[in-house]
Amino acid sequence: MDTRYTYYPGCSLHATGIAYDKSMRAVFKKLGSELSELEDWNCCGATAYMSVQKTVAFAVSARNLALAEKTGDDVVAPCSACYYALKHTREGMQGDPELRVQVEEALAAGGLEADLSVEVRHPLEVLLTDIGIPRLVEAQTHSLDQFRPACYYGCQIVRPFGAVDEDPELPMSMENLFTALGARPVDYPPKVRCCGGMLVATMPEVATELSTDLVDWAVAREANCIVTVCPLCQSNLDLINVTKGGNGVSHQLPVLYFTQLIGLAIGCTPEEVGMQHALIPPAAEAPPVRGEPLTIAGLREG
Amino acid sequence: MKTLDPLAGPIAPGVLSKTEQELRTAFLEEIDRIPGGGRLNQCIQCGTCTASCPVSHAMDITPRQVIAMFRAGAIEELLESRTIWLCASCYHCTLRCPAQIQVTDLIYALKRIAIEEGIFPKRFPVHVMSETFTKNVKRYGRNYEVGLLLRYFLRTKPLGLFAQRRAGYALWRHGRIKLRPDKIKNIEQLQKIIAKAETFDLPQEKVAREKVTAAVGYESIGR
Repeated sequence: MDTRYTYYPGCSLHATGIAYDKSMRAVFKKLGSELSELEDWNCCGATAYMSVQKTVAFAVSARNLALAEKTGDDVVAPCSACYYALKHTREGMQGDPELRVQVEEALAAGGLEADLSVEVRHPLEVLLTDIGIPRLVEAQTHSLDQFRPACYYGCQIVRPFGAVDEDPELPMSMENLFTALGARPVDYPPKVRCCGGMLVATMPEVATELSTDLVDWAVAREANCIVTVCPLCQSNLDLINVTKGGNGVSHQLPVLYFTQLIGLAIGCTPEEVGMQHALIPPAAEAPPVRGEPLTIAGLREG
Repeated sequence: MKTLDPLAGPIAPGVLSKTEQELRTAFLEEIDRIPGGGRLNQCIQCGTCTASCPVSHAMDITPRQVIAMFRAGAIEELLESRTIWLCASCYHCTLRCPAQIQVTDLIYALKRIAIEEGIFPKRFPVHVMSETFTKNVKRYGRNYEVGLLLRYFLRTKPLGLFAQRRAGYALWRHGRIKLRPDKIKNIEQLQKIIAKAETFDLPQEKVAREKVTAAVGYESIGR
């Protein structure tokens, strides 16, 4: 397959979310799809810019869409906030002619134009629709049967646009994917609840409460890891391992990206998928052969 | 920061102070520019937004009350509450609202008015985060996490930095902290785009704010 995508990593994937970046690249490479990083991309604006200036927030985000139109491939944005901001910009401009004129004028000041021809997509949806579960299973070299993940979707990929599932209240796509790959996902009721987002810096006591709840739920359901789709969710939940959260208990629960788990299943090494960056180090033993369980320290017995 | 005027808020049914009239006009202008903003009229005060909000327990005014207070003409009081700065943009209220009100986007509109007007809750400098973020983007084109957090804590609560030391060290040890900011190559282009876009945001709102409407209170909601 020679599918090509324009990759929009976003600011987090160059720093705290570096493992997401590594695993994205590794998985897409292994599956024969080409991810080419958007040349000279800028910040999507996230949730902060919209709080200060509206048209500027749309224009900042729209520069990326304009740059992406040069190749015309779909934009893949792994960070939930980037996915939301870029998609919101595209849909906002399409739905509001006045805003569109203003943003187009702003882009023109920088010598750019946007005809909004490229789609904005999340990698989970890309992997499930363009590649599909059957091909992922076909590409599988390692069993995931030691994993009991709590699949955590968080906010902005399910709301308000609904990237992956028909049911925004109870998405099941990650559960279906990982079950097909041999893992045993647990029932995880708070899967679409908020992790606290940027409140981790501005209102840490509130954010910690939310993240601690999410980790406690996963432990109560006897999950041996949490799987996330967003760099901010990952670091918020992962940091509970270090800061012990609201109730002073550290569960030492690995928090992984869904791409890391897929990567391990299709034969990427733990280093290739950035396991070394997880705060609870899932240090892997010798590479397993097909059908044999992965030995990863730090995982509870399932 | 403005102090709370005891005359702010409704003086009598249908009669508002001048500040409130101005804030109301500014807010109506803002929500008119949000897709579906007019649906605010259709709020039935069912409380689904409050019940769905993950942080409503920490708010002094709940999301349902935000809409009620706007209708009652107490916007200044609303801007002085912690509520709008507690919203983490999770969109649960927006998803579930039976009247399809874009509650999250309304909160964003309130944040913008608060920053524009300089009205904030006392000893609650959370808005500094968004302002620091936008400065970073204007300067580098990207958000630099370390710089953002350092600047935010130094400007608002230097001791908070100390509380974050364990988290910071753990991230650094695992290669997740970048020591210098990423700067995009064509920063001039981005700055030109931002400068042009700002002309649509700032002056128009200023002009709108100068006019004082004669019709206030419940009449202006029903338009």
